[in-house]
Amino acid sequence: MALLQISEPGMSTAPHQHRLAAGIDLGTTNSLVASVRSGDATTLADDKGEHLLPSVVRYFDNGAILVGQQAQAALTDDLQNTIASAKRLLGRGVADVKTFNGVLPYEFVKSDSNVPLIRTVAGDKSPIEVSSEILKTLKARAENTLGGDLKGVVITVPAYFDDAQRQATKDAARLADLTVYRLLNEPTAAAVAYGLDQEEALDEKIIAVYDLGGGTFDISILRLNRGVFEVLATGGDSALGGDDFDHAIAEWILQQLGETSADQQTLRKIMVEARRVKEVLSDKEEVNVSVKGFEVSFSRDQFCQLVEPLVKKTLFACRRALRDAALEKEDVMDVVMVGGSTRMPIIRERVEAFFEQPPHVDIDPDKVVAVGAAIQADLLAGNKPDSEMLLLDVIPLSLGLETYGGLVEKIIARNTTIPIAKAQEFTTFKDNQNAMTIHVLQGERETVEENRSLAKFTLRGIPTMVAGAARIKVTFQVDADGLLNVSAEEQLTGVKSAIEVKPSYGLSDNQIETMITDSMTNAKVDMEARKLREQQVEADRTLEALDSAMANDGDDLLSEDEKKTLSEARANLVAIKASGTTEAIETAIKAMETAAAFYVARRMDGNIRTAMAGKDINKFKD
Amino acid sequence: MAITLTEVAAERVSSFLDNRGKGIGLRLGVKTHGCSGMAYVMEFVDEMEEHDEIFESHGVKIIIDPKSLVYLDGTEMDFQKEGLSEGFKFSNPNESGSCGCGESFTV
Repeated sequence: MALLQISEPGMSTAPHQHRLAAGIDLGTTNSLVASVRSGDATTLADDKGEHLLPSVVRYFDNGAILVGQQAQAALTDDLQNTIASAKRLLGRGVADVKTFNGVLPYEFVKSDSNVPLIRTVAGDKSPIEVSSEILKTLKARAENTLGGDLKGVVITVPAYFDDAQRQATKDAARLADLTVYRLLNEPTAAAVAYGLDQEEALDEKIIAVYDLGGGTFDISILRLNRGVFEVLATGGDSALGGDDFDHAIAEWILQQLGETSADQQTLRKIMVEARRVKEVLSDKEEVNVSVKGFEVSFSRDQFCQLVEPLVKKTLFACRRALRDAALEKEDVMDVVMVGGSTRMPIIRERVEAFFEQPPHVDIDPDKVVAVGAAIQADLLAGNKPDSEMLLLDVIPLSLGLETYGGLVEKIIARNTTIPIAKAQEFTTFKDNQNAMTIHVLQGERETVEENRSLAKFTLRGIPTMVAGAARIKVTFQVDADGLLNVSAEEQLTGVKSAIEVKPSYGLSDNQIETMITDSMTNAKVDMEARKLREQQVEADRTLEALDSAMANDGDDLLSEDEKKTLSEARANLVAIKASGTTEAIETAIKAMETAAAFYVARRMDGNIRTAMAGKDINKFKD
Repeated sequence: MAITLTEVAAERVSSFLDNRGKGIGLRLGVKTHGCSGMAYVMEFVDEMEEHDEIFESHGVKIIIDPKSLVYLDGTEMDFQKEGLSEGFKFSNPNESGSCGCGESFTV
């Protein structure tokens, strides 16, 4: 018999119609699942009461799979078949993974799709498959706890994840048979957990999220503007975390023992003791260190001195992230702490001193990201009244397509909130043109070469028509995760073609920033270039029209002399088009049009005559 | 008769209300829906309706509309854990049958 939960006013569902939703923090080291029950967002525990699921998957030759604690226990015994930190490999190509060679103990195999596979006794596994095993375990835990099937989930990803990494995360979810409402940036989820998006006091606020985990450090600067979170800057160190603080203590213990090196077993003991010492010092001022019969007291002050360089490193990254965002410390209105290592008092004190305000620490820093994701999932599942605002993201760079002459037509402007769909109609350039290539571009500049090419596809089967008669509707659609889908449809016949854009690599914030500033400093140059190109295209169009007409009825309607005049005007325009200025081309086009005016008139008469040929004049009276 | 909460249930309801930051109490009710006739409704209350009746149990206000009261009078609500799952459970003396899911019942 199911147990019942309290709903928001007016939001009760019919029996068995509960919109069960969960938030998933798919971490490098540990993963969590959380859900909102009776209005309260909490992480869900397994049957042993553990909330954290180690992100470790072990494969056996009989097809069995172990996930979590039990898999982690085998990390040293069955290294090749026990996959940890798969998140670091998600969405990476074979070339990226090469840099992990020697760092990660796995045997990588190339696949057809440029996805690196890990060789295990159970076959070759992609990082996506490994991650999906973690998701499956969390899904089962949530469904057992909530007493029903999950309708959808929100999965968090690092703010710096590019499109390929985000797509890989979604693919892992699909493999785990999960419906993803959306992906959410980890720092944004932490801010949501503290309800920072629900405070209405100000139009805009800047939030710093300081995330010190076991093995990584991330600092993110967010701007919250009317419910829209924008990541202004990210920074950090993918090889700095709580483990380094343990190492610092371990080295000190070694020194006290008067040894420079020790055997594996002693080292492991020292590491375990170092970790204990660190954790005790989070609550106490002093602790007794005891290894191999050696005893010494160790104070929090000593600890602080020891780890000072590590703390400084994180603060340096904070300073740089602020600089990247072009902000001052004073601009930051909220600081959110994420990651188990932020429990250390020294971290809290120094972060408080740096940002000159106490950080938010009330929610368990290991769980805060999952909690934020759960709140968002609950909202997206429709368990909250509409009045609550939905989180939104914006696209960082404009999206557009190549038009004739190497120009870029922007379809969706930068900073547009997503999800969004926009359509625009295009037409053919030449008579009887029956195919059109859609070249999708990203960036702020006016010409194709200056923008980033995302994808190319061709719409075929456009019916035979004169230039400019076909109507091709091109639709750009960006979903809530920033993934782009472009489709083109010929309106008369309905022939259609589409592409999903999954760039093989993404852009760093710096690259995005450079692309934006370039477009500003080069605005004038680009404008001129655009005008010139447009005039060249116009010239091409005029030439094309003349050529097509001449081929059609030039011999019937023109004398040899007239033909010569026209071909001279034509040659003149061709020459000026290649080398002339915008104005010169414009003049040359006019000149050619004037020269051809008599021919145009004669053709019109001809057309009318053809249309009326053989018909009774009386029929035209009305 | 009245509607009551067990002490555990009352504790949970007040902590959920605190957590939510607003709300005057807990609405209990019934809807004609579900696989076995009636379905229980449990919602936070921000605003009272005109004919609502209030019961108080262990310091928690239980708000109920008169129509639902007919079906719920004498009900005690408890908070329980079953395996990984936890939540509220009704023991309703008016109930003559339920569908086994606990969410709907007949009188």
